[in-house]
Amino acid sequence: MTSVPFALDLRRHVGRWTLRTAGHAGRFSFLLLDLVRGILEWRIWLPRTIEQTISVGYGSLFIVLLVSGFAGAVASLQTGYQFTGQLPLYVAGGVIVESMILELGPVLSGLILAGRIGARYAAELGSMRVTEQIDALESLGRSPVTHLLLPRILAGVLAIPALVMLANVTGIVVGYITATSSLGLTYADFEYGARYFFKPLDLWYSLIKSYAFALSVTVIPCYIGYHTQQGAEGVGRATTQSVVASSVTILLFDTILTKLILGTNQ
Amino acid sequence: MIELRKVSKRFLENVVLDGVDFMVRRGETVALLGPSGVGKSVLLKHIIGLIKPDSGEVFVDGLSVPTLRRQELSELRSRIGYVFQNGALFDSMDVFENIRLGITNQDQYSDEAYCEQRVRECLRLVNLQPDVAKKLPSELSGGMRKRVGIARAIAGKPTYLLYDEPTSGLDPVNADVIDSLIERLQQEIGVTSVVVTHDVRGSFRVADRIALLWQAKIRAVGTAEQILASKDPAVQQFLERDLEMAVIHADATGIGYRVSGAEDGPEYRVPEKRITDTRHPTPGTEGGGEGGN
Repeated sequence: MTSVPFALDLRRHVGRWTLRTAGHAGRFSFLLLDLVRGILEWRIWLPRTIEQTISVGYGSLFIVLLVSGFAGAVASLQTGYQFTGQLPLYVAGGVIVESMILELGPVLSGLILAGRIGARYAAELGSMRVTEQIDALESLGRSPVTHLLLPRILAGVLAIPALVMLANVTGIVVGYITATSSLGLTYADFEYGARYFFKPLDLWYSLIKSYAFALSVTVIPCYIGYHTQQGAEGVGRATTQSVVASSVTILLFDTILTKLILGTNQ
Repeated sequence: MIELRKVSKRFLENVVLDGVDFMVRRGETVALLGPSGVGKSVLLKHIIGLIKPDSGEVFVDGLSVPTLRRQELSELRSRIGYVFQNGALFDSMDVFENIRLGITNQDQYSDEAYCEQRVRECLRLVNLQPDVAKKLPSELSGGMRKRVGIARAIAGKPTYLLYDEPTSGLDPVNADVIDSLIERLQQEIGVTSVVVTHDVRGSFRVADRIALLWQAKIRAVGTAEQILASKDPAVQQFLERDLEMAVIHADATGIGYRVSGAEDGPEYRVPEKRITDTRHPTPGTEGGGEGGN
């Protein structure tokens, strides 16, 4: 008796989900196309990009350095806990530097910035959508993509890799200080270990990941915020969705890029 | 000329417009009346291409709005000023930058001297003092926000002005100031206007013709006298809903309907269209309302 309504219900759910996904895919593709088109209108986005870059980069500096500093310290302490007495002490230098550059610096910064920048972008654009500011811009014959989205995305793409590199440096420095004070590691041992395990590709890998994460942290929240609906509740939902979606995308990119760049380099 | 032919629009299950025909001739002001939530703003957004119809056609100056390419639509929009219900001012920008964005010609927009002069002129047209230009939208009262919204809409010297509920949320005094402003702009810059409102009194005052949107269709179109004389129950019902407020308002200010009590019921008389001093009647209460003339 209940199997027919259940089947109908399931079919309806699948149908709606498919339509919604197709709708998102279409809108996202058009947004990317608009972003590419908007690049030509540099006179509009350039001044706004500079403003946003300063705001995003300078504004996020403290939290990124704080988190990376703690990450470096913890990496150092855990290395000591796991390897003391079993491996030469200089290995700790290699482990701290490599773990910061390869994983902790980019991923932790990316996740922190997904919360800070991504949430901000989604909330700003969502509020502008529900208060008709985006409609107002369109009604004036101006492109919201060029005026609002492109500067935010470019600012993220410029600032986030720089922040990640600073996070790497901070984590390594704090990790070194922690290691010398708690493990009795000398600078010579730390440098030897760091140089022994370091490959230039590691830095490229870190930089490539930071660009991928920058796109996740900016493009996804911009898309979600830009298509916000239903007032204050919609803005709240868009903000949460953007943080979740960009965080998951960061982890996804992390896995894919690790496989692509490091997985074939054995 | 603006023309909508058999326009239909629905959002999920909700049919908002159902085969709507609507026309505005060059130089005239048409008020689109209707209860809140009936779809007046949706109709207005079709004119500027912010919403596309499910079926039907929308023409502005002979151009089919839904089928225009991006560049053509942008050019068309530069000829249309849109006044949003809550101003829709960019809250990160001051009033000067907000109005400046309304200058749609890119060469003029890049000319600092022209922008300075044009923003000052627009502020004067909406009776705001020049020093308002430095304020942020959050520092403005509701009435001032509406006026800055109008200033932004006229900054690009449009041919058409679309007003979305220009007096909603305002007290009767401020609503009259905005109504007078609409009348005066009509006279001074000679634009073709569409005023979306649920305020019967205001619409009778500013419009040459009135259209009533009722249950997703245009129920009646005509001059104020024709609308008042209409025997259509929907029209009568809508007018009666406004009666009580009109009586209170007419008693209090002498502006709007004149209602002479008759035993069989009230009698409406259409207020004469007039150009009044649009300055705020209580100068200083809005920090700039007395400026301009």
